[in-house]
Amino acid sequence: MIKTLSPELVTLDANEAVAHVAYSLSELFAIYPITPSTPMGESVDEWSAKGRKNLWNHVPEVVEMQSEGGAAGALHGALQAGTRACSFTASQGLLLMIPNLYKIVGELHPFVLHVTARTLATHALSIFGDHSDVMACRQTGAAMLCSRSVQEAQDFAAVAHTATLTSRVPFIHFFDGFRTSHEIQKIAKLSNEDLLSMVDDELMASARSRGLTPDKPELRGTAQNPDVFFQAREACNPFHDAVADKVIAAFAALAERTGRSYNLFDYEGAADATDVTVVMGSASETLSETVAALNAAGRKTGVVTVRLYRPFIAPAFLAALPKSVKRIAVLDRTKEPGALGEPLFLDVVTALAEAGRSEIKVIGGRYGLGSKEFTPAMAKAVYDELALPDARRRFTVGIHDDVTNLSVPFDASWILEDDSVRQAVFYGLGSDGTVGANKNSIKIIGESTDLNAQGYFVYDSKKSGAMTVSHLRFGPKPIRAPYLISGADFVACHHMPFVESMDILTVARPGATLLLNAYGEPDAVWARLPREMQQRIIDLKLEVYTLDASKVARAAGMPGQINTVMQTAFFALSKVLPRDEAIACIKQAIKKTYGRKGDAVVAKNYAAVDGALDALLRLNVPGQVDVNAVGRPPVVPPAAPEFIQRVTARMMAGEGDLLPVSAFIPDGTWPVGTTKFEKRRLAEFVPQWDASLCIQCNKCVMVCPHAVIRANACPMAALEGAPEGFQSTKLRSAELKDYAYTLQVSAADCTGCSLCHEVCPARDKTDLKRKALMMVPAPADYTDDQIRWDFFEKLPEAPAVLLQDTVKGSQFRAPKFEFSGACAGCGETPYIKLLTQLFGDHLVMANATGCSSIYGGNLPTTPYTTDRCGRGPAWSNSLFEDNAEYGLGLRAGLDQFSAQAKNLLATLAADLPADIVERLQAPETYTDADRAERRAAVDRLRAALAAMGDRPEAVRLAGLADNLVEKSVWIIGGDGWAYDIDFGGLDHVLASNKKVRILVLDTEVYSNTGGQNSKSTPMGAVAKFAAGGKAADKKDMAMIAAQYGHVYVARVAMGAKDSQTVQAFIEAEAHPGPAIIIAYAHCIAHGIRMAGGLTQQKLAVDSGHWPLMRHNPLNAAEGKPITVLDSAAPKVPLAQYTANELRYQVLRKMKPEHAEALAQRAQAAVATRRAGYEALAAAGKPAAPAPATPATETPANA
Amino acid sequence: MSIDLSTRYLGLKLKNPLMPGASPLCDNLDQVKRLEDAGASAVVMHSLFAEQIEKDGAAWNRHALRWENSFAEAESFFPKADGYTLGPDEYLARVARLKEVCTVPVIASLNGTRYGGWVGHAALIEQAGADALELNAYFLATDPDESGEALEEGLLDIVRAVRERVSIPIAVKLSPFHTSVGHLVKRLEDAGVEGVVMFNRLFQPEIDVDLLEVRPKLELSTPEDLRVRLRWIGLLRDQTGVSLAGSGGVHAPADVVKLILAGADAVQSVSALLRRGPQRLGDWLGELRNWMEEHEYESISEMKGALCMARCPDPDAYERGNYLRTLQLWRE
Repeated sequence: MIKTLSPELVTLDANEAVAHVAYSLSELFAIYPITPSTPMGESVDEWSAKGRKNLWNHVPEVVEMQSEGGAAGALHGALQAGTRACSFTASQGLLLMIPNLYKIVGELHPFVLHVTARTLATHALSIFGDHSDVMACRQTGAAMLCSRSVQEAQDFAAVAHTATLTSRVPFIHFFDGFRTSHEIQKIAKLSNEDLLSMVDDELMASARSRGLTPDKPELRGTAQNPDVFFQAREACNPFHDAVADKVIAAFAALAERTGRSYNLFDYEGAADATDVTVVMGSASETLSETVAALNAAGRKTGVVTVRLYRPFIAPAFLAALPKSVKRIAVLDRTKEPGALGEPLFLDVVTALAEAGRSEIKVIGGRYGLGSKEFTPAMAKAVYDELALPDARRRFTVGIHDDVTNLSVPFDASWILEDDSVRQAVFYGLGSDGTVGANKNSIKIIGESTDLNAQGYFVYDSKKSGAMTVSHLRFGPKPIRAPYLISGADFVACHHMPFVESMDILTVARPGATLLLNAYGEPDAVWARLPREMQQRIIDLKLEVYTLDASKVARAAGMPGQINTVMQTAFFALSKVLPRDEAIACIKQAIKKTYGRKGDAVVAKNYAAVDGALDALLRLNVPGQVDVNAVGRPPVVPPAAPEFIQRVTARMMAGEGDLLPVSAFIPDGTWPVGTTKFEKRRLAEFVPQWDASLCIQCNKCVMVCPHAVIRANACPMAALEGAPEGFQSTKLRSAELKDYAYTLQVSAADCTGCSLCHEVCPARDKTDLKRKALMMVPAPADYTDDQIRWDFFEKLPEAPAVLLQDTVKGSQFRAPKFEFSGACAGCGETPYIKLLTQLFGDHLVMANATGCSSIYGGNLPTTPYTTDRCGRGPAWSNSLFEDNAEYGLGLRAGLDQFSAQAKNLLATLAADLPADIVERLQAPETYTDADRAERRAAVDRLRAALAAMGDRPEAVRLAGLADNLVEKSVWIIGGDGWAYDIDFGGLDHVLASNKKVRILVLDTEVYSNTGGQNSKSTPMGAVAKFAAGGKAADKKDMAMIAAQYGHVYVARVAMGAKDSQTVQAFIEAEAHPGPAIIIAYAHCIAHGIRMAGGLTQQKLAVDSGHWPLMRHNPLNAAEGKPITVLDSAAPKVPLAQYTANELRYQVLRKMKPEHAEALAQRAQAAVATRRAGYEALAAAGKPAAPAPATPATETPANA
Repeated sequence: MSIDLSTRYLGLKLKNPLMPGASPLCDNLDQVKRLEDAGASAVVMHSLFAEQIEKDGAAWNRHALRWENSFAEAESFFPKADGYTLGPDEYLARVARLKEVCTVPVIASLNGTRYGGWVGHAALIEQAGADALELNAYFLATDPDESGEALEEGLLDIVRAVRERVSIPIAVKLSPFHTSVGHLVKRLEDAGVEGVVMFNRLFQPEIDVDLLEVRPKLELSTPEDLRVRLRWIGLLRDQTGVSLAGSGGVHAPADVVKLILAGADAVQSVSALLRRGPQRLGDWLGELRNWMEEHEYESISEMKGALCMARCPDPDAYERGNYLRTLQLWRE
């Protein structure tokens, strides 16, 4: 075989590298999106859609399933047919595949599952990386191959695909989620010839020949009795025994072809090492680099990297160890509470014990859970601990455990110096293109120079105004540093407000270059910097440059697009490349990217490049801090609760890594109402109220996605002492004469989406463009605004007479969901806010994983909050795939408590004041007044129970008494949850007689993971996994639910008819059985002008795409129609709605004729849908069936 | 009698002077075939607007790209864009497609108001195969500080920039509201254009008294719109070397005859074809031929400009004298 001497060098992340190999070597993919593996599925789907061929000149098919469980089933079927099927997953997705993994392994189907190893949800969800998911698959019998870098991920993908064919044992090939999956590196690409040299046609044919076919029938999937199952189960042993040899052979084939050589276990370090670590995954590189540094300083250390983890070949492991080894530290990136040790540790201990090497001391530690950094300092700490005579037998590293004292200390300032590597850190705003530009810079440098390049990107969890931090390294040697930069030569801040909220210079090394995107002359920029930052700049002797990138971008005709400008400045200053060469490279890249779009875009980008160079100014750093410089404000107000000060504020300041174990409540419980302490000041423009124009409709309050605009009505007298500028007007009310109406905006929490302005119906008659709410520039100083807001919050609550079940009435109620991290202009959050306004004080929420669980529950701050009595939504998230069942469980659990409380009350009735008993035994009427009276009665009941002393029933009832006021359980989630992954569960809940309400926030696409097709995605729209346009019509969830006959069903769209939305929520709450509301939510994944989201909702309804309806089976008993159509027959063509959305228009650009055909079918489907609803409405006069009797018998599993 | 309907327009030899004007008529390939079958001598495509060129990309930037790489779980929200032809590429594809199916020349149309990067698109249109380019100069002087001369200078800047970039013939479609149409045409000729289309029709505002909104509205043309075309084509026919096309207000076969007699090299119609269908164009050709037979014209070139100002028995009719007489008629 001929060795490829000069392979193609490419700059990409592991997801792309692995997808490339998997695509080349597979015939079929069955997939389901899950972070961080999603991009692999998206890549193969994109290539398939474009007709790219695999190595056998065939275009593989990509099938998106409804869940990973579904994907695993489809994979099993495809494998059974003899096809080379493949998939990608992580975390909970991998767990859902386990049942089928047993089957696939048991039937010896060659198969590779590529896994971006990710944390499993325990006390909390984490999208980040560790090995807890793959470790939960050890028992399936799949071979497990672990790669530690982007290059290895590609190479091992090929090895896995080869060895599964030669061994017939399925492979889980895994690498660290995010750290490897999303790290961009320059690697040597495996060519088609390389891959073909490893996998031959005979192996493929042999696998194919085992496929089931009626042409040569065989039977698989038998049921076996005790007589034979055991023996038959053991029959596979030779195959598992042979795996290691097959992997060795595949490694050899790869090495022969590429020169890159790997073994089952690889040792790096001193030949005479005494102290050795054993590890898998990216941490191995950190350990390896640390070992080199330690050994250079005279230590004798080494690291064994596990490549093939299952089967664990003990002799190979022992052979890899240096003979001199005395002490071993095994590092596991997973946690197994209660075990003697983590899995890799136990394997090592067993291997040594069986080999009679018990003289070697072995300690085991956990590191890196949930993508916790693993730095050289931590690696050194492990070797330091290992060398101690009384080293901890079990330890953790990377955290400070002050509870069980397991953590080994580390000196964070110990870093590996390498002057040949240039390191750059960029702080950007999510939507400013910083990450995209940096990815582009890495490609430029990686592909146009001999330098090696690495890029890694850190995002916060907000969907609006998120901070991104890009870490870029460039150097002549391969870069083996899978951890964040701590000694940057170049730091850029693309968004100046960051300097006020955190210390961005913790990453800078002395003498580094600092680039600030700031307006004004350099001296003026300096004067605005916080005092602490000025001091840091002076102390570190930084070279500072300023650039008004927004101005340059505007001048170049690309307002808001600062990425090209800042990228140019980076190249000009960073010295990674000679300046002229760098600029030429950028321009070349621009030409390549935008050339097809014509001169206009290219010219603008060129202008941005040239403008950047002209506008770049050196700031002459004074010798001392400006006397007038202002210090950084406290992260949270001094009045914030202690926990917020001690824990949340540290996380907000980017210091969460420094919090000790004792800071946390062990079961994952967190306080509510914390977003109000995080004033993010994101908006460039905020609404300003003109009381004289306002008609007091409260529509603005209703639609505000972030609850920053609020209305109240209070006695005029309450406004005494109002701060300056506090606006109010006379309340429009016949009954409340001396009342004032006021509308207040929390500008510091506003995202500037302008939905309030859009929805405002009140216009100035003499100047019709002026509305009662106008967007004006955000204040430079928010102090006065905050004073007014604080005053507003303390005003008496609106009187009960105003709190009617209308749009206006509902919006006088304070929201218990505020200032979330949802996107500016989000279409989902107004519904959730309404829910908390209407029922927040007795609301229990089960939230499916997705956007709503991220903006609802992602730390550091969360939006669910309380009313003035301290009551508010009890929110929780279980999983993505179980939320309906989870909510049903919450309901059933609460029902148990209320039933017990009622029984106890009856038991004790004779000994309790009769009026209390009578009040609490009366049926609930579900009004505010009734609830208030019942609560008062409960308080009196408690007092009466206390007087009964320790009578057991009294004590128990005192503990359960709150359950005499009914709690309302709402199950919420997106369409990916409701239509796809948990449809079975949702259907089961609908079929029950449980009083649960379901709110589907329907964006018609998987929003959180980036716009994948769901069964709600409409015909003619493009989505990921439907890149050629969705060809089938969307599922009609309302119709499905309505067919049960006992379920309350509503379809709503707040932007089309807000009154109907409120009505549906009220009716759903009142329904004695299950209720479901399907709410249209516009979304960034639609590719729309978000400020026009409400208009799009209206067009969706007016065009008949989204009919509004309410279906209440109980109406029949009252002689009212069961189904009410709340929207008229379609009055505008569907095209008028779709014309404003990129998800439809993209297809028109790409495949105009196909788009037109789909559009015509979609238009026809509108008529069919309308006819269906009209028929339902017409048929809706039968006697109401009683709420269905739940199925009490569950068939036994066959 | 054998009748020669052929004409030269923009240096192109056309089988007759009749063609559909720039409009959605040519958006649909079936319709184009029907127009061609009816005898259209060329097809003029729907305008590609400068705003579209500049804003389609911007829309993608604003509504799709800006969300990319801003959240750990979603690197993007749309399938990768490099497979797509966004914005004006679609137009180029349509040019190419029309060239494949049409046997007559394809005239593409670019519509812009201010000089900008979009002029570069002219070259892409040429590369896509267009036989000629109609530049629709849609100006409205909304800024009182901008003089008429400056506006015209702006138009000339665009024309010169496009001229530099393409070698296919260029026609400029003018607004009827220039102070000195003849002077402008002369300057356009100097700038290297091959023809002028008279005239475009502006969207005019309409007020919705229920919704209290102003909306742009474009009514189809009426026969009255023809007069101003006749006047300027008649005035300029013998004063300029560029091709002249009449566009707007052509509703009857006689209108075709009138424009040619005034001096038009080509006649474009939109409203009538939209109202009555492509076959109307064929009917007019028949009527044109009949009229020519009746009046013993053997060719279009013989008839073209026979009643232009320089050649008509009463040139006053094109000028102010006519105005005086019209008023007189009213008084009577």
